[in-house]
Amino acid sequence: MMAFNRRDFLKIAGLSAAVGLGGQTAWELLLPGHLDAAEMPAASGLTAKRWGMALDVKKFTPAVRQACIGVCNQSHNVPKIDSKQGLKWIWEAGYEAAFPDLEAEYVEDEIKEMPFLVMCNHCDNPPCVRVCPTKATFKRGDGIVMMDMHRCIGCRFCMAACPYGSRSFNFHDPRKFLPDPAPNKDYPTRTKGVVEKCTFCTERLAVGKLPYCVEASQGAMLFGDMSDAGSAPRKALRTRYSIRRNAALGTNPQVYYLI
Amino acid sequence: MQIKDRPIIIAGILIFLAIFTFPLWSAMGKTAPEPKVELPKDVKECVAPKDYMRTSHMQLLNEWRDSVVRDGNRVFVAFNGKQHNMSLTSECLRCHTDKAKFCDQCHNYTGVNPFCWDCHTYPKESK
Repeated sequence: MMAFNRRDFLKIAGLSAAVGLGGQTAWELLLPGHLDAAEMPAASGLTAKRWGMALDVKKFTPAVRQACIGVCNQSHNVPKIDSKQGLKWIWEAGYEAAFPDLEAEYVEDEIKEMPFLVMCNHCDNPPCVRVCPTKATFKRGDGIVMMDMHRCIGCRFCMAACPYGSRSFNFHDPRKFLPDPAPNKDYPTRTKGVVEKCTFCTERLAVGKLPYCVEASQGAMLFGDMSDAGSAPRKALRTRYSIRRNAALGTNPQVYYLI
Repeated sequence: MQIKDRPIIIAGILIFLAIFTFPLWSAMGKTAPEPKVELPKDVKECVAPKDYMRTSHMQLLNEWRDSVVRDGNRVFVAFNGKQHNMSLTSECLRCHTDKAKFCDQCHNYTGVNPFCWDCHTYPKESK
């Protein structure tokens, strides 16, 4: 009879360990190839090297502004809370609040009294990303400053870092302030204790559509690839004077306002 | 020294033990009802083999989550070559339409409480 040698022992030990592992590891060891899968972007998605936006401020009427805000809040299940604990993705701000660094004693009346639509500037050098301890907020390859709600621990460092007030904290369970079911069942709500903001509608770009506000703006918002000299915002910026919010801070905001 | 209240003390200890071990003997011989998972009738294959889904759907969902949110990949090419949109609410729930009759069955049985539905929305649950 053959002795139970070292080789047999190792075989049996190895096999029992593989059985004991369970889950994905066992599948990969025992049936290699059975779980082979690939992940890739949808073919219909819009891609760019650097997404950005230009707002033609004089084309906005109060109705258009409200349409942009309304469609965004509705589609992203942003609850309406009328207090300092409210949530903002895109909202109206007066000239002095939106452009505090553009100090001029006398400004064109129309500009001075006009509410501007403001949102996350998707900075090229985003301070919120730098301070996030969990990398819950991060800059994508296409320049969009994105939130991963699954990782956010609600420390609010990003809110302190953002010079534009573009980030809002969920002080309450947002579902308490939303109708049941939520207005857009295809978009998640958030939960109490996470920070949220505009995402340039990454979920729409992924399926080949432009952001909701751009669609509702009736041509007043130009959205495109800032690295492509032929894109709509770049074409407009070549012929028009534009301002940006607090650009002197070095954040390199990618939302331009055509004056 | 003689303990005078011996019967009372022993009775007290017995009553205490009876109450303390109540959770053990009250369910003696009984088992919790097995989860009854309602599977989709018209679809035969999931995004991965059934045994894998049974043990590791949570890892798969985590991978989908990271892939969609962080890498912007939304298409999953499954083991059988079929393409799926990586989405809990619009892909998983497309076949497994009723969370209460599918997800909750095992999750309640095993006492796990995943927080998917704190944010992700589901169609109205059946009671």
